[in-house]
Amino acid sequence: MSMLELSHLKKYFATQKAVDDISFTVEKGTIFGLLGPNGAGKTTLIRMITGIFYPDEGNILLNGKNFNADDDSARIGYMPEERGLYKKMKIGEQALYFARLKGLTASEANKQVKDWFVRFEMQSWWNKKIEDLSKGMAQKLQFVITVLHRPELIILDEPFSGLDPVNANLIKDEIFRLAANGSSIIFSTHRMEQVEEICNHIILINKGKKILDGTVVNVKQDFKENLFRISASPLPAVFPEELFEVLSGKEEGLTIRIKNGHKPNEVLKYFIDQQSNVLSFTELLPSLNEIFIKLVEGTSLSRQFQPIQS
Amino acid sequence: MNKIGLIIRREYITRIRNKTFLISTFLLPIIIVLGIAGTVYLAIKGKTNHRIAVSDQNGYFKDYLKSDSTIFFDFSPGIDTLNYADKNCSAVLIIPVLNEGQKTIYRLKYKKQLGLANIDDLEKRINSAITDHMIFTKTNITRSRLDSIRAASDLGELKSFSDEGKKSQASSQGLSYAIGYTCGFLIYLLTFIYGAMVMRGVSEEKTSRVAEVIVSSVKPFPLMLGKIIGIGAVGLTQFLLWIVLGIVLFTVAQAFLPHELLQEVNNIQQANAMGNAQMAQTSEAARQIFEFKQSVQNTNWLLIIGCYIFYFTGGYLFYASLFAAVGSVVNEDPQEAQSLLLPITMPIIFSFIIMSIAIQDPGGSLAVWASMIPFSSPIVMMARIAYGVPTTVPYWQLFLSMALLAGGFLFTTWIAGRIYRTGILMYGKKPTWKTMWKWAFKA
Repeated sequence: MSMLELSHLKKYFATQKAVDDISFTVEKGTIFGLLGPNGAGKTTLIRMITGIFYPDEGNILLNGKNFNADDDSARIGYMPEERGLYKKMKIGEQALYFARLKGLTASEANKQVKDWFVRFEMQSWWNKKIEDLSKGMAQKLQFVITVLHRPELIILDEPFSGLDPVNANLIKDEIFRLAANGSSIIFSTHRMEQVEEICNHIILINKGKKILDGTVVNVKQDFKENLFRISASPLPAVFPEELFEVLSGKEEGLTIRIKNGHKPNEVLKYFIDQQSNVLSFTELLPSLNEIFIKLVEGTSLSRQFQPIQS
Repeated sequence: MNKIGLIIRREYITRIRNKTFLISTFLLPIIIVLGIAGTVYLAIKGKTNHRIAVSDQNGYFKDYLKSDSTIFFDFSPGIDTLNYADKNCSAVLIIPVLNEGQKTIYRLKYKKQLGLANIDDLEKRINSAITDHMIFTKTNITRSRLDSIRAASDLGELKSFSDEGKKSQASSQGLSYAIGYTCGFLIYLLTFIYGAMVMRGVSEEKTSRVAEVIVSSVKPFPLMLGKIIGIGAVGLTQFLLWIVLGIVLFTVAQAFLPHELLQEVNNIQQANAMGNAQMAQTSEAARQIFEFKQSVQNTNWLLIIGCYIFYFTGGYLFYASLFAAVGSVVNEDPQEAQSLLLPITMPIIFSFIIMSIAIQDPGGSLAVWASMIPFSSPIVMMARIAYGVPTTVPYWQLFLSMALLAGGFLFTTWIAGRIYRTGILMYGKKPTWKTMWKWAFKA
C-alpha cells in the first residue's frame, strides 16, 4: 500500500488551471522529488496535500484511506518555502506551541522539542526570539518544527535555501534518517543537483500537468542520448561515421554519440582493432538539470493567464 | 476543541506578559483623567487676560463695566483709537453717545484677534452693564443689593426621585451621566484598540507566513476565532483590573478625607436613618460627600458591570471579526488597510456621536433605535443602562438589544470567517470589494 496516492487532482483558480489532472503515488520511506518551474502549480499541489486547499476534483488517499485534513494533519509535517515563525515569541515556547497544535500532549511535546534541540545543538536558543536568529538558524528551527511530531509524510519546500554547507549536510542527514525510519518525504526544489543526490523518485510538473514520473535512475536512462566518453592512446586516425560521431575531443577523452542500432562494444572493438589502447570508457547520462531544461524549455517561460470556463 | 484552546492561550499569554499591556492598563485611566482635567483647565484658562481701553465719552459705563481677572477695562481719558496699542491695551471699545433704550452699535478695534469666547463675554458684560445702569436709574437699587437679595432667597432645591413602585430612590442624574458616558466611551475606545490589535495580529501572521504553517494543522476559522477570543480575554482582564483599581482609589480617597468631615457624614447617615432631621447643621462639603456616597450606593453596579461585560464582548466580537477579515486581505503595506477600514470605523464613530446625543435624552427615539441596532447598540445601550433598568430601559428593550447583538456578531463572524480563510493564504494584489463579496457569499 502506498503512503500517499493522488488521483486526477484538479484545482482551478479564476484565471489559471493551477493543477490540472495530476496523479502520482509516494511509497513509504521514499524521498520523492516534486519538480517544476516557477508557477508550475507545485505550491497549490502541496497545499492540497496538506489540507489547506480542497481539490476541485480528484481524491487524495493517505495510507489507503481518504485524506481528511482535520484528522490527518498530525501525520503531515509541512515546511513552506517562505518561512513562517512568530518573530516576537521565544523559540522554545514557539516549538512547543507548534508541536501541541499538531496534537502532541504537553509532556510529549516537551520531550520531543528537547531531544531535537540537543540533536541540533540549539539548547542555548530556548529563551531567544526569532528576531535574534540569522536566516539559516531560523531555517533549522523551522525544520525541527516540521518534523517534531514524527509525521509519516514530510513535505519540504526548498529546505536548503540559505543554509551553509555544514548545516545543509546536517539537515540532509536527518532527511535520510527520517526516510530510513519509514517516513515519506516530498521534496520540492529547483536545485537539481540536490534532487539527484537525495531523491529516489521524481515527478516533473509544468503548467499544472505532470510531464515526467519515474525513479531518478530510470528517468536518466530514458533521456540518455547514447553519449559516451572514451579516452585512448594513440587515437585512431579515422573514425567510422556510420558507427559514431565525435562531438568534442579533448586531451582527456572524446565525447562521442553512438549511432542508433549500434552497440558500445562495437565502438570498443573498433578502437581495439585500430591498435588503440582504451584507457577509459564511460556512458554519459544526462543530468536532471539537462532533462529539466530540455522538457521545460520552449514552453513559454512564465505562465500566461487564461480565462477558465468551468 | 483542544486546538482552539491552545491558540486562545497563546494569544492571551503573549499579550498579558507584554510590558505594554501593564503600562496601558495603568496609563490609560490616568491619561483619560488627565485629558478631562486638561480640557477643563484649558477651558478655564483659555480666556487670556486682556486690557481693553474704553473710550466712553459721556461716562455712562464708568461704574458699571467692572474689571476682573480676565478683562481689565481702562477708562483713562488719554487713550484713543490711535495710541491704545502703545498703552498696552489689546483693543479699544468705542462707546457712542447713548440714546437710552435704543439699540446701539459698539465698536471694538483691535490689532490682534480676541477670540470668539472673549467677544461673547464682552457683549454680555456690556449688556449687563446697561441693565444695571437702567435698574439703578429707575429703581435706585444697586447690583450688589440685588445679589444679596438673591442669595438670601436661594432656598428651594429640586430633588428628583425615580419612581420604582413602592420604594422611590433618590436618582442621581449626574452620576448616571458620568457612568453612562464613561462606559460608552470605554467601549468605543476599546473596540478600536482591540479591533486594531486583532487586525495587526492577523496581518502579522499572514505576512510572516506563519499562517501557512498553522493552517496545515488548524483550519482557518478556529485560528481566527482563537485569536479574537484570546485578545477579547485580554480586554476583559484589563477591565477587571480597572474595577480593582477603581475600588482601591475610592477607598484611598476616603482615607484622605479629614476625620471630622467623615464624622459629619456619619451623622447625616444616622440622622437620615432615624427620620431625616437637622440637615442644616452639617457643612456643605459633608452633605455633598454624603450625597455622592448615597448615589454610589444606590447605583446598581452589578447590573452595570454585567451589562458592560456583555456589551463590550458583544460589540468587540461584532467588530473584531471584521477587523480580522481586513487583516487577512492586506499585505505588507499598511496603507492598503486604510480604505478597507473605513466602512468599519465609520459605524463605530457614528455610534459614539449618537451616544453623546442619546445620553442627554436616554428615553428618546434615537436612543432607543440606536440601542437596538447591533452596529451601535454596544456603545449607545451602555449609556442608557446607567440611567436605570427597568425605568429608563425596559427589560424587553434590553433583552431584544442583547439578542440582536448576539445575532449580529454571529453573522459578522460568519462572513468574516469566509473572507479570512481565503484571504489569509492569498498573496499579491489586494482583492476588490467584488472579489471579497464572492469569497463571503459564493465559494
